[in-house]
Amino acid sequence: MSGQQVINGLFLGGIYALFALGYTLVFGVLDILNLAHAAVFMLAAFVALTLVSAAHANLLVALPVAVVFAGLLGLVLERIAFRPLRGRSDSNISGLISSLAMAAIFEAIAHEIWGPNTARFPFDTLPDQQLQILGGVVSRLQLTIIGVSLGMFLVLWWLVQRTRLGREIRAVAESPRAARVLGVNVDRAIAWAFFISSALGGAAGVLFALSFNSVSPDMGRGVELKGLAVIILGGMGSMTGAVVAGFALGLTEVLVVSHLGGSYRDAVSFAALFLILVLRPRGLFGAPSLREA
Amino acid sequence: MRFPVRSFLAALAALAFAGPALAQQTVRIGAALSMTGPAAAYGANQKTGILAAIDEVNGSGALKGVKLEAVIEDDASTKEQGIAVFQKLINQSKVAAIIGPTLSNTAFATNPLAQAAKVPVVAVSNTAPKGITDIGDSIWRVSLTEGQVIPGALKTLQAKLGFKKAAVLYGNDDAFTKAGYDVMKAALADLKIQVLGEQTFAKPDRDYNAQLTSLLGTKPDILVVSALIENASGIVAQARQLGWKGPIFGGNGFNNPVLMKNAGPAAEGVYVGTAWNRASTDEANTKFLALMKSRGVDPDQFCAQAYTGVLVIAEAIKQAGTKGGRDDVKAGFAKVKGLATPLGKFSFLPNRDGDHTPAIQVVKDGKFQILQ
Repeated sequence: MSGQQVINGLFLGGIYALFALGYTLVFGVLDILNLAHAAVFMLAAFVALTLVSAAHANLLVALPVAVVFAGLLGLVLERIAFRPLRGRSDSNISGLISSLAMAAIFEAIAHEIWGPNTARFPFDTLPDQQLQILGGVVSRLQLTIIGVSLGMFLVLWWLVQRTRLGREIRAVAESPRAARVLGVNVDRAIAWAFFISSALGGAAGVLFALSFNSVSPDMGRGVELKGLAVIILGGMGSMTGAVVAGFALGLTEVLVVSHLGGSYRDAVSFAALFLILVLRPRGLFGAPSLREA
Repeated sequence: MRFPVRSFLAALAALAFAGPALAQQTVRIGAALSMTGPAAAYGANQKTGILAAIDEVNGSGALKGVKLEAVIEDDASTKEQGIAVFQKLINQSKVAAIIGPTLSNTAFATNPLAQAAKVPVVAVSNTAPKGITDIGDSIWRVSLTEGQVIPGALKTLQAKLGFKKAAVLYGNDDAFTKAGYDVMKAALADLKIQVLGEQTFAKPDRDYNAQLTSLLGTKPDILVVSALIENASGIVAQARQLGWKGPIFGGNGFNNPVLMKNAGPAAEGVYVGTAWNRASTDEANTKFLALMKSRGVDPDQFCAQAYTGVLVIAEAIKQAGTKGGRDDVKAGFAKVKGLATPLGKFSFLPNRDGDHTPAIQVVKDGKFQILQ
């Protein structure tokens, strides 16, 4: 595999990892899939785009604003789609479906405000500097994406493992009832998990939009399935797994494209996913299931 | 006493059929266009073309006693929505003819419905070489097929640039881009151009770096791409970012000024075959350009073809003795010969495909310019 292909794979993997980190956090805490994650990813990209192109904001301002906006969307999601259903016996499935409904609503809102066409950042948003590494070209933005996804992983790991909020989130993940008995504000911990998860999804959306310079209401769909594959591969709820599997999937896809052709890309990726599910159902880094509810 | 339900219904039906034959009539022309979804960039231009042409025909008084009225629906670039829209146009809106749908992919699903209901369809942007007009004798086509445009365009371009080795990238999950690829492959073989590598992508893809890296690694003289506009823009931008400075030849999907808007300077040096010669000084074309300018619209091929679609229907109504029934329009189509349109002198071939002269254009200084 040429140096350029390794760069392509790491870059693609960085995007998958960043998307999957937030995805897997909510899954780890609540045991439910938030299918509106891709819609938050998309809306954050549109917000950043609007700030840059209509309000002429600097990207260094637009990015954090869009990320916080995405986090707030996460709170909205949690409040509307998940909290009312919590405690029901079928909350896993009903939450999945209500998040799907929120995804449709978010997409419709984006359609209404920004229209169906693919929108773009102005060409001078980013200085398009290119560097020569490993015998290939890489743009500064692509390096930023790889860096940000690793950085986000470290921050998230620290947050979950080393802070009081992280302990609370982990306690809720283990058992909401036990956590409540021990004085943890469960609703607050879950809301924070959603805020962080969606903020990460938003960051992924903005960086994705910048690197492909393409923002459209359906931009999250392709990444959503890959994100799902990544969190299953990595082990549902495992952050280390999400990052490792994200990069692994990115590199695998590039490898498949360069050796077998683009037609086989998804086939091989999802065949690998299937194999993992059969041979190691908890994924590469998933914790063994100790407690059967 | 029993109410004679059957004869009452028969009388109603007779009335309904008698309706369109009255002297002062409004003839509805339906259009199924992709206003949303991946092909939305084409649909918007098509709508503009159709509305302008209908105003033009109604204003000119060419059709005495007939007023055209557009019923435009969004097919959302999907087969499912396309089918729903066709059913609505056929059964509820009772249109005399349908323009569209925007994508060949959708047309394969929708057109059999129109054929079964004997509603004439005019394809104004379907360019899949085979199968569209084969659906039946109600399906007619204004847009030239990829098979009519690409071989000539590639030949002209090779004579200019003298390339010998090509690499090909195409979308293999769409009837149109796949059919475009088939034509390109045959045309490259005819011109004895060596194909060094082939790669594929899917419509939702945004990242083509892996495919492009692999193709450019084979050191081709030209990159040949069959893609819809959203993919096309990304492919062109990423190819340039990977350092490709050579020519890129695109299929009909590239034929949209959105390419320059999306890809910016990267689009320079992209060559596209075209059914519409913007630079033509024919009277019908200069009139079309002036009309669009007065509406503040920068027209593209899709706009010109949609505009032509309405002109062709109007001509068919005229040829049928100024009658706007579904059968009249269909009978009229066969008599359309050498009609002056922005595309040039337009006629239908015996297989109901359109016939006029194509051209080739290049992106230069952010604009499509006809390669003389």
